[in-house]
Amino acid sequence: MSAAKPLLEVRNISKAFGGIQALVDMSFDVFPGDIFGVIGPNGSGKTTLVNSITGFVRIDTGQILFQGRDITNRPPHKIADLGVTRTFQIMRPYYSLPAYKNLIIPLFSPRARRTGGWRGGGKLGDRDTVGIDILEEIGFERDSQVPYKLASTLPTGYLKRLELARCLALRPELILCDEVFSGLSMSEIASMLPLIERLQLEGITLIMIEHRLKELFRVANRVLVLNFGQKLIEGVPEEVMADEKVKTAYLGSEDLSDYV
Amino acid sequence: MMAGADARKERLDRGIKVRTSGIYAISGGKEIGYLILPRLVLIVGLLLLPLVITNPYWQRVISIVGIYALLALSFDFLTHFVGLVSLGGAFFVGVGAYLAALLNTKLGLSPLFTIPLATLGGGVFCTLAILPCLPLRGVYFSIVTLMYPLLAMRVIEALNIFGGTDGILGVSSFPNRWVEQYSLILIVLAALFGLRRLVNTDLGLVFRAVKDNDQAVKASGINITLYKTLAVFISSALACLGGAYLVHIYMWAGISTLALDFSIIPIAATVIGGGGTLVGPVLGALILVPISELLRAFGTLRIVFYALILMAFIVFRSEGIMVYAQRKYHQFEKWVKV
Repeated sequence: MSAAKPLLEVRNISKAFGGIQALVDMSFDVFPGDIFGVIGPNGSGKTTLVNSITGFVRIDTGQILFQGRDITNRPPHKIADLGVTRTFQIMRPYYSLPAYKNLIIPLFSPRARRTGGWRGGGKLGDRDTVGIDILEEIGFERDSQVPYKLASTLPTGYLKRLELARCLALRPELILCDEVFSGLSMSEIASMLPLIERLQLEGITLIMIEHRLKELFRVANRVLVLNFGQKLIEGVPEEVMADEKVKTAYLGSEDLSDYV
Repeated sequence: MMAGADARKERLDRGIKVRTSGIYAISGGKEIGYLILPRLVLIVGLLLLPLVITNPYWQRVISIVGIYALLALSFDFLTHFVGLVSLGGAFFVGVGAYLAALLNTKLGLSPLFTIPLATLGGGVFCTLAILPCLPLRGVYFSIVTLMYPLLAMRVIEALNIFGGTDGILGVSSFPNRWVEQYSLILIVLAALFGLRRLVNTDLGLVFRAVKDNDQAVKASGINITLYKTLAVFISSALACLGGAYLVHIYMWAGISTLALDFSIIPIAATVIGGGGTLVGPVLGALILVPISELLRAFGTLRIVFYALILMAFIVFRSEGIMVYAQRKYHQFEKWVKV
């Protein structure tokens, strides 16, 4: 793996909100085809990390490279145009539009026009049709009413899929998933996992922020653990699971001297 | 129609809402008629106005209604379809008015040219002026835009440009009242149906998405400032068009074209007519402007009654006439054979 060129290089980034250090000197590489898990207790800086990479917050110091290109503090739409897309932890569909019309917006973007959307061969067809095709692939039954329902009437499971569909419409290189499993039932997660694996097979790299460790460890090939904005450990799932520091961060330590 | 054992009641829009809100299936002339009737009433009604009204005073009111209808459309589009609540409508009107007056008096162009030029040129000017405020959201955008007409007014006063407080006199009028009123009514109809079509195109969906959720639009690789700019251009050009008409009707452009009325009355018309329906604001202007004229009989108490009417509407019909009427219209029932 070390022979391959990294897709995303995060180098020594730091971000403070007032007096709170959300990210401290963070560095890691994500390689093409990875499912890169990011875990950590609440407030450890996971979402800030996603926001920093996608340009939604400006980082104080450090550098972020995508495909060798510097994307540090560039506007979000320019980063998305390069193929780095994200889902939102708090889902953000266009509530007043039917589900399939939600995909018109990403399909209207310059990147989708260039690439044709997910599976589009460089040419964008009718946006309604392409949108319904993407929704079908991601688990909206085409012949049901579901793709035509207003987003405000859809249950959480579909909205999470809609978030992913919005990313796929851009034909992304990298998707940053901010807790796509949260709020889903076990059976809904079970039906999402094959989808995640299929995206990987299609050559899309994923960074997944999760609290559902069991499910994450099933699909991820590398895991980064954050605590108080710092990198605790990075490695393959087995290593991370066995690590004492991770257990302490998650479960708390008996011994207070660990914090001092 | 027929009430018998083999008949049951059915909602008028049943055939139209057969699947879901996004898909329409229209079968047969009856359903087409059901859709066309309200539109026809509006179009024919507006076109008949200049013929039916013979009193010269009220004929002038028709033109004023048309201008306020344009301003209200401009406000409704920007507020309910792009999410930018501009309180500075008067700035757009003033720019259109002064531009048309200058083109007419300095260059001697006829209204046939000054109106389109003031519309497009005014739109560009207003958009450039608003550009620095576009990153602002919500109430901050509203407050800053509220300052624009006040600022323009003081600048004209202080520098004594464009005729200062006297304004620009001697602007030419329309050849006759038929040209004035019918061209304005046709423009209002074109703007109304054009905007309705626009907001349902893919471009229109992007506008609406910016209102719903601008973060997700950014994450979709779309430059939202670009689309906000385009929307401000469309909206301000419409209001500039209203301003240009205003000067050719009154044959005068002055700082009163930047008055607060042009910012507030279109908002009131939108509230009364029903925001987000586009046709509602036109209806609101059609109701509010004549009421405002009728209330002149009360002299200085006029504003009090005006305010009371507005308050009554907001308290008892806050959704607006059109939203209410549309809902009721769809609920009509007819008898059908089973």
